[in-house]
Amino acid sequence: MSDQERVLKFQIFRYNPLKKGDKPRMVTYEVTEAPGMTIFIALNDIREQQDPSIQFDFVCRAGICGSCAMVVNGQPTLACRTLTSLYEDGEIKLLPLPGFELIGDLSVNTGKFMRAMSERVESWIHDTRADDVNYEKLEERMDPDVADEIYELERCVECGCCVSACATKRMRPDFLSAVGFMRLARFALDPRDKRTDDEFYEIMGDDDGVFGCMTLLGCEDYCPKDLPHQTQIAYLRRKMVLIR
Amino acid sequence: MDSYIIESNKKKSRLPARLDFAQSGTGLILGLFMWVHMMLIGSIILGKGSFNFVAKTMELAFLSETGHGFPIAVFFAVLTIFTLFITHALLGVRKFPISWKQHRIMRDQMQMMNHTDTNLWYVQVITGFIMFFAGSVHLYIMMTNPGSIGPYMSADRIVSGNMWPLYLVLLICVELHGTIGLYRLCMKWGWFAGKDAKKSRQALKKFKNRATIFFMTVGILALLVFIVIGINHRDKVGERYGSYVAVEQVEQVEQVQTDTAIAVPAEPQVPVVEGTLESEQAHEPEIVQEVEVTHE
Repeated sequence: MSDQERVLKFQIFRYNPLKKGDKPRMVTYEVTEAPGMTIFIALNDIREQQDPSIQFDFVCRAGICGSCAMVVNGQPTLACRTLTSLYEDGEIKLLPLPGFELIGDLSVNTGKFMRAMSERVESWIHDTRADDVNYEKLEERMDPDVADEIYELERCVECGCCVSACATKRMRPDFLSAVGFMRLARFALDPRDKRTDDEFYEIMGDDDGVFGCMTLLGCEDYCPKDLPHQTQIAYLRRKMVLIR
Repeated sequence: MDSYIIESNKKKSRLPARLDFAQSGTGLILGLFMWVHMMLIGSIILGKGSFNFVAKTMELAFLSETGHGFPIAVFFAVLTIFTLFITHALLGVRKFPISWKQHRIMRDQMQMMNHTDTNLWYVQVITGFIMFFAGSVHLYIMMTNPGSIGPYMSADRIVSGNMWPLYLVLLICVELHGTIGLYRLCMKWGWFAGKDAKKSRQALKKFKNRATIFFMTVGILALLVFIVIGINHRDKVGERYGSYVAVEQVEQVEQVQTDTAIAVPAEPQVPVVEGTLESEQAHEPEIVQEVEVTHE
């Protein structure tokens, strides 16, 4: 790191829907850059030193919890994994993720959306025989490759970047979007889930589901966890299209 | 309300699946057809003779004894393409941003992210919309005038028939829409994904860009050649290629003659009947020499 300290200019979206008479606006804050500074660190600095009222979410500061997703200079991403040194001119514009209910400033209610998504895709193992499970018996072995594949898709942290990066989802609010498809693909791969293709079709077999995807690939390009969205949506599309 | 009661009590309709499949299917056929189409048109760059040969072959001249072929074949070919074209347009329009609100969201999103594949989709929407009209005009004219494809007839249509602005617009739209569409199809269905889908996506995108440049160049060159021919032929609109020109002199190259490398046109004054020409061409490797008597 050079000993020359930069002064970063943050333009931050401010709006509190609960405050009467409040209007959406952009407010500029200046922060002195520190070595290895992330957007998340800078935001905490602003909150501590300049404006305690600014709202944003974070928990783990390590790209695991998915809370701090926001739009950084136009790109939906995780604030805690974005270094300020990436921006050569030192100007950083922060917006809340579009497509979600706004709580205030940079904080959006992804949880509400994710909960509804989970219920919509019935995000649990479906097994009609599960009622008379013998707990004395060991669970059936799973092929390690299948387990790996399922684990790969389980890496999703539900940050919501794929939802905000999807123009289809933004144009058509009922569209399931990539996070839902990832979840469906995860259960479709799981041999313990006994749902048939017909049953999966009931969940995603229309233009709000997999056939509504216009392959704009925003999900693929903006996923902070580099999940294989394009591959999984193509897999579901092939699985669903020739169903009788 | 009836439909709501029915919908709620039965299995989900399979129609969305069929429509999605049909949209991709018609797009694939049309996209590939346009590549072939451009290569056939591009034969004009090699000369009037080659274009004439291509046009005649498309009219199935090799099947008829007189060499005139069956222009009606072109009619049916165009009719098929026209049908696919309309079907594809109908299916594609379902995806358009249809309200002001949707359009504004789309533009906002593009402005915010400046994401290539999202922007490319918008290019497809615009070019697709233009082609509803430009494409229909072209297809209708070709369908109702079968047998009018030839080096002079086509050039006259482009210059004296004032079709060149339409063809220029169509060329740009088709080459953008088609190659982007074929790339998107590969992404949509996971074709050519191989082991590393991200890597193959990059390769496909590179290929897509090159294909656009290649076909656009061929198209513009072909259009320019047609315009030059058309301008030179302005005074004789309607005249067919081959009616007054000793079309092609064909020399069969024998092994003995090859050491001189160039076949001498033996008797350039003797016009050769086209039909026999083409039936010969189908069998033997030859050198085709164009001898133009006029325009000098």
